[in-house]
Amino acid sequence: MTLTRLDKPVMRQRAGGQLLSPIMTLEGVSKGYGSGEIRTEVLQDIHLNIREGEFLAICGFSGSGKTTLAQLIAGLITPDSGQVLMGGVPVNGPGPERGLVFQNYSLLPWLNVWGNIALSVDRVFPDWTRADRRAHVQHFIELVGLTHATRRHPHELSGGMRQRVSLARTLAMKPRVLVLDEPLSALDALTRASMQDEILRIWEEERQTCVMITNDIDEAILLADRIIPLNPGPRAGLGPTFAVDLTRPRDKTALNHDPRFKGLRNAVTNFLVAARQKSRDVLAKAETLPRVQRPLLKPRKF
Amino acid sequence: MNQPKKTNLSNKALKFCQLAGLPVLIPFVRLFAGEEPREQVREILKFVGVPIIASLFFIGAWSLASERIKTESAQLPGPMATWQAARELWQSHVDQKRADRERMAAEREKAIPLMTQALSLESRAAEADQTVREQLLADAAVYRKRAMLAANFRPTSAPTFVDQTFRSIGTVFVGFFIATLIAVPLGILCGMNPIFNAAMTPIIQLFKPVSPLAWLPIASIVIIWWHNGSSAEHALFSRAFLISATTVSLCSLWPTLVNTALGVSNVDKDYLNVAKVLNLSWWQTLTKIVIPASLPLMFAGLRISLGVGWMVLIAADMLAQNPGLGKFIWDMFQNGSSTTYARIAVAVLVIGVVGFVLDRIMICLRNLVSFDSTVPA
Repeated sequence: MTLTRLDKPVMRQRAGGQLLSPIMTLEGVSKGYGSGEIRTEVLQDIHLNIREGEFLAICGFSGSGKTTLAQLIAGLITPDSGQVLMGGVPVNGPGPERGLVFQNYSLLPWLNVWGNIALSVDRVFPDWTRADRRAHVQHFIELVGLTHATRRHPHELSGGMRQRVSLARTLAMKPRVLVLDEPLSALDALTRASMQDEILRIWEEERQTCVMITNDIDEAILLADRIIPLNPGPRAGLGPTFAVDLTRPRDKTALNHDPRFKGLRNAVTNFLVAARQKSRDVLAKAETLPRVQRPLLKPRKF
Repeated sequence: MNQPKKTNLSNKALKFCQLAGLPVLIPFVRLFAGEEPREQVREILKFVGVPIIASLFFIGAWSLASERIKTESAQLPGPMATWQAARELWQSHVDQKRADRERMAAEREKAIPLMTQALSLESRAAEADQTVREQLLADAAVYRKRAMLAANFRPTSAPTFVDQTFRSIGTVFVGFFIATLIAVPLGILCGMNPIFNAAMTPIIQLFKPVSPLAWLPIASIVIIWWHNGSSAEHALFSRAFLISATTVSLCSLWPTLVNTALGVSNVDKDYLNVAKVLNLSWWQTLTKIVIPASLPLMFAGLRISLGVGWMVLIAADMLAQNPGLGKFIWDMFQNGSSTTYARIAVAVLVIGVVGFVLDRIMICLRNLVSFDSTVPA
């Protein structure tokens, strides 16, 4: 049995040359942590439209609030001011329609590959028949090329394989927006390159609305339709949009010699470096070190 | 074809050794599979030979000490005396059981003629006149009752050493079971709810360091109150057994409780984020994420609990007069015959062996539920 995606209006819209409507909107979103003197504003006044069917990359240095932004989009945290809208409705919490691929995989170590994916599928599609759910899980294991490792546990998998499982688990929920929070940053360079190809292949296949948070500009250009730089924090905001008008399907080796690729990489890099310099100047003027809050060790509330 | 099959078998055996917490056996399995024999022999010498030599030294020192340490009434039992006492204890167990079996067989044989007598009386009664019939039926009832008693005869001889050992193991398991039933849910609640944890903390901190012997009289009041009114024959468990088991529970509660609470409150935040993204309900988060994630720590607590329970049990048996190993030691100490101390030494060794086996069982269980690749000893 093969499953075909029935919800592929994106391709038609593109073919018709229509404007892509935003599926998610962030309106003046700000977020900070701590209170009183130790409060740090991480993100300030973020305005962002995520369009249906696009691959959007958000690029930034480490510590600029990238993960905070991913968690805001996923609904794991709520903004201090402004709002996150999905289809015009405010997002009140996390849910399977916004699938988050975690930076550190977050696979459940006591479940094998099948179990990890089946947990999501069983939860998100409870009214499907058992056979349908099984076929669905099998399909996504095949999609990420892990059929041979179906019964293995996370500790028996390499980093790249773990991230594939994590990706399959999230894709299997059929989210309307896929949020990738630095999905490849924990991998070595070679695995990272092959996983980029993998993500590109899967995205070409699924045409999923996708927001990727990354610190790798080459990766962003290779995968995305649009790149938005995130200015270095604190009080990080978004920079101007860089459209990636490279034709698909893209090939990494060919891109390396493409002058448009080089131009784009320079533009984004220069923007980010200049922004960092500016923020350092601002910080130097303030002459204060950012205070680090001591973690409180107490039982967590569920 | 033979080779891969053999490797597969030895791999399974190796996995079992790891899981059962018996890494000592690994070089033997490897040697048997013909893997680098020299290396394996060296391993065996190191991890089996050395302990054996050390044990021999210990036995030598023990036997020297036993010759020196003497009082007017007693002598420290040496290894040979202990061995002799162990054999005697075993022999007396075997003899006693045989005698019991013979007694039971003899009683059962008595039951058959009694029953035939009762049946024949009853059949005569059916044909007899009204006046004789009642007398016959009454006689038949008496015979019938004696037949039933003989058929269901249970010898009431004193428990042997082996019986007492199993009694102790049974008591510790009942106590441990009760403790687990109380400690695991409480620990989960403490770990999940900070308010509940705050409420429980003073109670836990106050009672955790209390010695079992302090508990025992209070535990016995509760048991006697609870047991009040039910006669000894009809009670499921004897009073002394319940007092011992309760004391074991009260002492072995704490490690499980504290470890479970720790495990639950330290569940990786990422796993909880997974639960949030999947919109798992409170109950599903508990059963699918929190409990599996905290099982390794929970089982580490259970292992400590069982160890504590076994140690506490011996003292509780002594005080509560529960016929287990503790009472055996106490009785031996009181009667003061020539073999007393040797028998106590046997009991000490048996307590050690049982404790070791219980610990290995818990390690094995913990290895079965732990999901990381490292298997600590």
